[in-house]
Amino acid sequence: MPEMREITIVEALREALAEEMSRDPTVFLMGEDIGRANGVFNVTAGLQDEFGKERVIDTPISEAGFTGMGVGAALTGMRPVIEILFCDFMTLAMDQIVNQAAKLHYMTGGQAKVPLVIRTLMGAGRGAAAQHSQSLHAWVAHIPGLKVVMPSTPYDAKGLLKSAIRDDNPVVFFEDKMSYQVKGLVPVGEYTIPLGVADVKRVGGDVTFIATSSMVQVALAAAEMLAQEGISAEVVDPRTLKPLDKETILESVKKTGRVVIIDEGYLSYGVTAEIAAIIADEAFDYLDAPVKRLGAMDVPVPMVPVLEQATVPNAEQLVTTARSLFGRRY
Amino acid sequence: MEIDRQLLREMYYHMRRIRRFEETAEELYKRGTVVGLLHLYIGEEAVATGVCLALRDDDYITSTHRGHGHLLAKGGDPKRLLAELCGRVGGYCRGKGGSMHAADLSLGILGANGVVGGGFGIATGAALSAKMRRSGQVVACFFGDGAANQGLFMEVLNMAAIWKLPVIYVCENNGFGQYTRYEEATVTDQPIGARAAAFGLPTAQVDGNDVIAVYQAAIQAVQSARAGEGPSFIEARTYRLRGHHMGDVGFARRYRTKEELEEHLKQEPVGRFHRWLLEQQLLTEAEIEELEARIETELQEAIEFVNSSPVPDVSEIMEHIYA
Ligand SMILES: Cc1ncc(C[n+]2csc(CCOP(=O)(O)OP(=O)(O)O)c2C)c(N)n1
Repeated sequence: MPEMREITIVEALREALAEEMSRDPTVFLMGEDIGRANGVFNVTAGLQDEFGKERVIDTPISEAGFTGMGVGAALTGMRPVIEILFCDFMTLAMDQIVNQAAKLHYMTGGQAKVPLVIRTLMGAGRGAAAQHSQSLHAWVAHIPGLKVVMPSTPYDAKGLLKSAIRDDNPVVFFEDKMSYQVKGLVPVGEYTIPLGVADVKRVGGDVTFIATSSMVQVALAAAEMLAQEGISAEVVDPRTLKPLDKETILESVKKTGRVVIIDEGYLSYGVTAEIAAIIADEAFDYLDAPVKRLGAMDVPVPMVPVLEQATVPNAEQLVTTARSLFGRRY
Repeated sequence: MEIDRQLLREMYYHMRRIRRFEETAEELYKRGTVVGLLHLYIGEEAVATGVCLALRDDDYITSTHRGHGHLLAKGGDPKRLLAELCGRVGGYCRGKGGSMHAADLSLGILGANGVVGGGFGIATGAALSAKMRRSGQVVACFFGDGAANQGLFMEVLNMAAIWKLPVIYVCENNGFGQYTRYEEATVTDQPIGARAAAFGLPTAQVDGNDVIAVYQAAIQAVQSARAGEGPSFIEARTYRLRGHHMGDVGFARRYRTKEELEEHLKQEPVGRFHRWLLEQQLLTEAEIEELEARIETELQEAIEFVNSSPVPDVSEIMEHIYA
């Protein structure tokens, strides 16, 4: 067993960035207030002091511009990691992400490579209202050519970010702002986690929760509550939406026969619908109950906490939903 | 500036080769061999030629939907470009990109672009990369007068200026953005270069049908970029002699008159340069004929290459989504 210590997701991300920058001189960071100011959420704290202004670049407030520049730098031998503060602001850079970064490898018949990482924040919970609280990962997961990563623990955050930086494709890396201070065990030494491998966060036999990012903690809390009632829930964290580890998801569903998918994106046309469709398609015969989904309500995220909190799924809702799958027994 | 005969010969060769390539593509489009959208560069050959001949082989360019001229002048292969237009596996992108996405990364050609203004970020980022790698490379970013109205232009001008990036913004003002006249869509009290000048960039406005004027402006911009002095801007005034794309035929779109077109035909850059070279006795008829014969041979070979190159197998569809 490697030596472990407990750190937060913020610290895990910072370690990943620092290690990759030390390992590979072509890795550099670019974003708003990431340097002297240490990053709005302190993820990049100290990195400009360590690696200099040339490799930790404070940009103007020009999301389209510096995302496009990330594409250009990636095409020409660098490995930029750019930060778009809130994923709500990805909208300003959508052409660069969707039409340029995602498509260049294909459109050039395999000539061009775009090893670009876009780190961005998702999630409600800070009373930040409708333009600073969305979870827009489904938008990019919709696009062939992009990879999409959503870690939920410090261990995953570090290992996945390192793999994202080493990947030769554009990767959008979603960080949940309410999970930044979540703590967990992380090995002292070097490790990476391959993109496309789900993680079973809790083993159970009666029902599967497929939970992403912020919703993993919710699913674990619900599983704990259900255990009191004698229902054993398994929690599967896909960790990356693209590539998606269908095998692990299907294996769990085939074992339990019951499934709730929970994700902080808007419920309609989102990640939960996609995973539900895969299960319906490939594990229908194993199901003992309908596939259930929980997502953010289809509403602009309201500011006032009493409303805001109601828009995001919680453990009680998940417990109720799970119970409903055992209609005859409970 | 001293311009030697060898360079003049190259200029004529490139301009004429682009013109004949475009005429060939036009012809093959009408026969259905070229497929997809086709935007011709006829009338604008002096801009790509003047700029690209001022670049080093390892310098970068970003191009536009009207990009065949840029690619060829940067040293691109007419065989592979024509094959790409025809959707053949021998094409630059195995037929997956077509005219609007032709690229040759090995020659620093970072790609045409289907999004108007789509090259701004890529070019400026390539310049950042060149600066970080201390490679001495510079980047020429080609874009139209229409693209100058994209907000992204302002973002990259600012960043290129504050970080002194080795990039040259080359605005090809051909009088039109699709079916809209330049002066109806863009402020003309000030030239487009005033926008770049506002960020402190040195700017030049040149006759884009005069290859030597373009070349001289480009040489100056390249020198200052290479010397670490940062970005420059060049506006080359030229004129689009064909429709916006192959589907834009006749005068149905009402953006210009026959008289205007005829007036501009007299100024077209290839014939003008040809006449000037002879008048100044810089090249002989025989030398020019030799260059033209070489170009015809190249284009003949390109057509044969297309004919021998199959369309891709459907099994290739899912290839090249991820590296
Ligand atoms: C973002 C975007 N908007 C609109 C179009 C459709 N379109 C293609 S070319 C063009 C005109 C571009 O004008 P300009 O930049 O001057 O280049 P030119 O065609 O004159 O070479 C338009 C509007 C597009 N491809 N991309």
